[in-house]
Amino acid sequence: MAAPEVHHLFHNPIADHSFSADHATLAVARDSTVELYGKAGNAFKLKDVLKGHDKTVTSVDIAPNSGRIVSCSQDRNALVWEPSPTGYKPTLVLLRISRAATFVRWSPSETKFAVGSGDRVIAVCYFEEENDWWVSKHLKKPIRSTITSVAWHPNSVLLAAGSTDAHARVFSAFVKGVDERPEPGVWGERLPFNTVCGEYLNNSAGWVHSVSFSPSGNALAFAAHDSSITVVYPSGPEQPPRAVLSVPTQMLPFKSLIWKAEDEIIAAGYDCEAFRFQGGEGGWQLVGTVESKGSAGHGEQREESALNMFRQMDLKGKVKDDTQLKTIHQNTISTIRPYEVSGDRVTKFSSSGVDGRVVIWNA
Amino acid sequence: MAYSKPAATKDWNQPPVAGPHLAPTDVNLLLYSVARSSGPQPKPANSFLRNIGPTQGKQQPLAVMSQSLRPYLQCVRSSLTAALTLSNFASQTTERHNVPEIEAQTSPEVVLTPLVIARNENERVLIEPSINSVRISIKIKQADEIESILVHKFARFLTQRAEAFFILRRKPIPGYDISFLITNFHTEEMLKHKLVDFIIEFQEEVDKEISEMKLFLNARARFVAESFLTPFD
Repeated sequence: MAAPEVHHLFHNPIADHSFSADHATLAVARDSTVELYGKAGNAFKLKDVLKGHDKTVTSVDIAPNSGRIVSCSQDRNALVWEPSPTGYKPTLVLLRISRAATFVRWSPSETKFAVGSGDRVIAVCYFEEENDWWVSKHLKKPIRSTITSVAWHPNSVLLAAGSTDAHARVFSAFVKGVDERPEPGVWGERLPFNTVCGEYLNNSAGWVHSVSFSPSGNALAFAAHDSSITVVYPSGPEQPPRAVLSVPTQMLPFKSLIWKAEDEIIAAGYDCEAFRFQGGEGGWQLVGTVESKGSAGHGEQREESALNMFRQMDLKGKVKDDTQLKTIHQNTISTIRPYEVSGDRVTKFSSSGVDGRVVIWNA
Repeated sequence: MAYSKPAATKDWNQPPVAGPHLAPTDVNLLLYSVARSSGPQPKPANSFLRNIGPTQGKQQPLAVMSQSLRPYLQCVRSSLTAALTLSNFASQTTERHNVPEIEAQTSPEVVLTPLVIARNENERVLIEPSINSVRISIKIKQADEIESILVHKFARFLTQRAEAFFILRRKPIPGYDISFLITNFHTEEMLKHKLVDFIIEFQEEVDKEISEMKLFLNARARFVAESFLTPFD
C-alpha cells in the first residue's frame, strides 16, 4: 500500500477543506479567510486568498461540477464564490440567522446548499432567478442547539444534521421549483419541507459531531462525543427503524466520519488518526486504524545511542524527546472527506486537522 | 508556635477522613468511565455514573477518592486527556461572540458534569469540561498554618503573572488554590499531551516546593530565635 500523501500547509488550524473535482485545487479555511492551493508537481502552492469574512471561517465546500465555492463563518454569513476569468467573485447569501454559521455543504445536485448555525436553524439556500440572489428557507422545528454538521442524501432532498443537543436528525429539505419530486424511499413517501424523517438520540446524551448517509442513502451514521458511532437502518416511513447499532469505543471522540462503502465506515477525530469500522445490519465493530505506524517507530527507538541520550539531557533536560506524536496528524483531525471514488467505494480519502496538515490516504 | 512543629507526616500514610472508600477495582472502573467522560457504561453500579453527560442546570460534581500519588495523578491525567477534546464553538446566546462556555455558563447543554478527583480531604482536583474550554482547579496540600500561608503566597505570586502563563486563571475557584482555564485556542497552538503533562508536573512540583520552603522557613526561624536569645543566655 502506498504511503499517504502529506501536505503541511501552515501552522494554523484548518477548520475544513475541500478538493475540486479534478483535484487540482484545494480550498482550506484558515482564520477568517479561505485559501486556495493549486497543485504544482507533488506539492500544493498558495494560489489565491478569498477575503470576505471578518470572523473565523468554519466551513468551505467546492461544488464538483460548477466549481462554485461556498464558505460560511462565525460572522453569521455565507458567501458563494463564483469562478470568473478575473478571479473569484463573492455573493452574499441571505441566511437570516443571527448566530454563527457552523457548517455548509452543497447538495449533490448543486442547486442548493445547507448551512448549519448556532441559531438553532439550518438554512437551506437556493438561487432565486428573479431576484438574482441566494435566498434561504429555515429548517427549525425540533432543533434545540447548535448544528455541528450536515450531510446530504444522494437524492438532494433529504438532509441529515447533527447537533449539540445530542440528536442526529433527518429532515426533508424539498424546495418547490428547485427540486424534482423524490422517489419514495425508506425515509418517507411524501416529503414536504421540514418533515422530520428521523430523530435519533445519542445513548449518553453526547454532542453529535458528524453525520453521514451511506452511499445508497438507506442508512445513516453519526459520531458523538461519547466516543461512539451509531448506524441507523430505517424500515420505512412513520415506523421505528429496523436497527440502531451503536458502537462504543475506547478512543477519544470522533470529529468526522465517512462511508467507504455500504459495509465500511472511516472515522477520525481527537486521536489524530483514522479508524475503520466494518459491519452491516447485523452489527458493526471497530477493526483498526487506517494508519500503519508500527515498524518505523520501533526502528527509531532502537537506534537511540548513549551519545544521543546525553545530548538530549544536556539540551532539553530530559532523556526522551516526546513532543512528536506517532501519528501523521499532530493534532485533532477536524474533517475527513472522500477524495477518490470508484464505483460506490471510496478508494482514497483526505483529512485535515488543527495542525495545518492535509493528508490523502488510501482507504 | 506553628513553625516549631515537626514536619507533617506524609499524607498518604494516613487514613482518609472523608469520602467513599473504594476497592482498587472500583476506583479503576470509575477512573476508566470518568476518563471516557460520557462513554456508555455496561452496568451503572455506582451512583456517580448516573449523572455523566451534559448538565441540566447546577449539578453536584462527581467524586473520586484515591490514596496514593501515582493512581491519583494517573486518574488526573486520563480525565484531563478526555476532557481536553475541545472544538471551536461560537456563542449561542450572544451574536458574534466566541467565549469559553465554562465561564459563560449560558448554554447548559454544552457544559459537561464537573468532576472532582480527590486524594484525600486536602488534596483534590476539580475538572469542569465544556465544548470549548476546560477549567481545572487544584487544591494544594496544606497540613498546617505555615503551609496555608506558603500556598497562598505561592498562588498569589503565580496569578499575578497570569499573562505569562497563558492557561492560568487570574482567580481560583472558591475552595481551591489555583485554577487553569484551557480553551480550544490553547489546544490549537500548544501540544495537548504537553498541556496535560504540564498540569501533572505542576501538581508534582508544587508539593515539593511547598515542603522545601517550609523546611527552609523552619531552619531560618530557628536561627533567628537562637541569635535573638543569645544576649539573654
